[in-house]
Amino acid sequence: MAFTRRKLLKTAAAAAGTALAAGPLAAFAQGPLKVAFVYVSPVGDAGWTFQHDQGRKQMEQALGGKVTTKFVESVPEGADAERVIRELAASGHALIFTTSFGYMNPTIKVASSFPKVHFEHATGYKTAKNVGIYNARFYEGRYLAGVIAGSMTKSNTLGYVGAFPIPEVLQGMNAFIRGARSVNPKAEMRVIWVNSWYDPGREREAAMTLISQGSDVVTHHTDSTAAVQAAEEKGVYAVGYHSDMSKYGAKAHLTAVTHHWGNHYTKMAQDTLAGKAQPSNLWGGMKEGMIKLAPISAAVPADVKAKVAALEKDIIAGKFHPFTGPVKDQSGKERVAAGAVMTDKDMGVMDFYVEGIQGQLPKKQ
Amino acid sequence: MDTVVAILAATLAAGTPLVFAALGELVVEKAGVLNLGVEGMMLIGAIAGFAATAASGSVWVGVLAGMAAGAVLALVFAVLTLTLQANQVAAGLALSIFGVGLSAFVGRDFVSIALPGQTPTRVPLLGEIPWLGDALFNQHWLVYLSWALFVALAWFLYRSRPGLVLRAVGESPSSATAIGYKVIAIRYLATLFGGACAGVGGAYLSTVYTPLWVEGMTAGRGWIALALVVFATWRPGRVMLGAYLFGGVTIAQFFAQGAGAAIASQLLSSLPYLATIVVLVIISRDANLIRLNAPVSLGQPYHPDH
Repeated sequence: MAFTRRKLLKTAAAAAGTALAAGPLAAFAQGPLKVAFVYVSPVGDAGWTFQHDQGRKQMEQALGGKVTTKFVESVPEGADAERVIRELAASGHALIFTTSFGYMNPTIKVASSFPKVHFEHATGYKTAKNVGIYNARFYEGRYLAGVIAGSMTKSNTLGYVGAFPIPEVLQGMNAFIRGARSVNPKAEMRVIWVNSWYDPGREREAAMTLISQGSDVVTHHTDSTAAVQAAEEKGVYAVGYHSDMSKYGAKAHLTAVTHHWGNHYTKMAQDTLAGKAQPSNLWGGMKEGMIKLAPISAAVPADVKAKVAALEKDIIAGKFHPFTGPVKDQSGKERVAAGAVMTDKDMGVMDFYVEGIQGQLPKKQ
Repeated sequence: MDTVVAILAATLAAGTPLVFAALGELVVEKAGVLNLGVEGMMLIGAIAGFAATAASGSVWVGVLAGMAAGAVLALVFAVLTLTLQANQVAAGLALSIFGVGLSAFVGRDFVSIALPGQTPTRVPLLGEIPWLGDALFNQHWLVYLSWALFVALAWFLYRSRPGLVLRAVGESPSSATAIGYKVIAIRYLATLFGGACAGVGGAYLSTVYTPLWVEGMTAGRGWIALALVVFATWRPGRVMLGAYLFGGVTIAQFFAQGAGAAIASQLLSSLPYLATIVVLVIISRDANLIRLNAPVSLGQPYHPDH
């Protein structure tokens, strides 16, 4: 990882040298649009960063020779990120995607010193004249996966490995159990927090624990494939996240909630080429093609698949929302009235478990 | 009852990497050498074990590769500190940092490759005991190997002549030299043994426990192993106890969460560290025993000519 950063810095230094020699405008000279991506983890072949890299490749393919791309992987959130983003901006990249929440402040900071470069930050909430934000409605896919899980569980116990109790993760959990209970009112869910986005050892221990406590469908909101592998080993079902993880659990994998960033990347690159890039404020879901379900396992009965397909259509058509009232929290308190739909604003600050989740949400520290 | 069995079985699996690394380090320190590079050696063992298992399909080969890789890194340390008389603390820290970086570099191509999960081996007869059989005797063979290592080491250190010599080298290298033992050679062997053990611990992690390679996947277990040796006052039995205590609390806190305990998960995550240190400090608080067990020449460079 250090290797990549060092290589980048070297290239950047060389590029800066050339730019100095050829005059300050050389870096922005005509030629293919230079697009850069900053990744928080190695690309690997499944997971959060892998999906962003798939998006990068889709953009390259769609725009052919009009763009060249570069990515820097395993960039820690914090001071290193700022340095990497700055180097990318200084070396002539006109469009830079920073793909982790922790890059928010570094992105905003660097953007203010490079007004001609357009930045897009994933999952954040701060914008600027040249900084847009984009995110996906992961919970839509979670609801559908929940419907499948609720239909497949025999013990009526689902297991969920969570990273951190923040709104984005809670949306997914609550949508998952709501989906499950929509077809199986007896379904309950246990949650284990591992306090890390990426720690396969702990993710696996957590999944194993959930399985030994009776969960026969486990899913995860963490970055590795460990939970799916654990399910495969123990002979229970799993729902993958980020990427199709079926190759890590041929029998266990029911489906996966997958992310697709390519359309957004292509559109932003096109806008930048046309000189009309505006900071986006995108929270896209199944309708925008940003969230999809991976192919559903053959173990799932046809009527369940049909139901999921119908629901997916309704979500895309805007006829169904996973948080349509009544939404009650654990204590039975009504959070959304019958017939109403939870607003984006309320979802953005979600801080409760809905009915069906066992245990208490860890209190804010 | 099933829960207790599940916790016990998971505890043994979780404690095993610590058992290997800490027992290895115990031998190193008993010989008077302080190698702080356990974390680095474990990581190198983990990536070597993972790569070899991925290539060959056999965990045996992976464990041997991990062992060899850990020993090679330990050899670097031994050359620096025993032959070239470098400071052991500084060299050990450097070794850790080097191991973290090198394993990440070598492991770049192995990120996100998954190995097949390993099935446990049920011990004949013992594994049939109700309850206990499921908890203790239905584990991966590396777990049994760690127990064998413990028994062999306890016998070696306290019941055998070479063990006595090893301890003498750690207590008073000059006396050991005076009665004709090659202190440096013995320390070399002990250091290599420690590196091999740390390597096996790492290989167990990456091939059996979590069959994945991830940068820094030991997550501080090397440092825990070092602390265990000290807090266990250099006694193998207590090292085992500490390792399983750490594993046990790690697993138990997940069970507590899954069962819906309303305790902040962040606090639960810190419990294994806290509990292990508190318990070991309490049982090992006798100052005389510590003095008796601590190798007197620990960490001091020794040159036979001086």
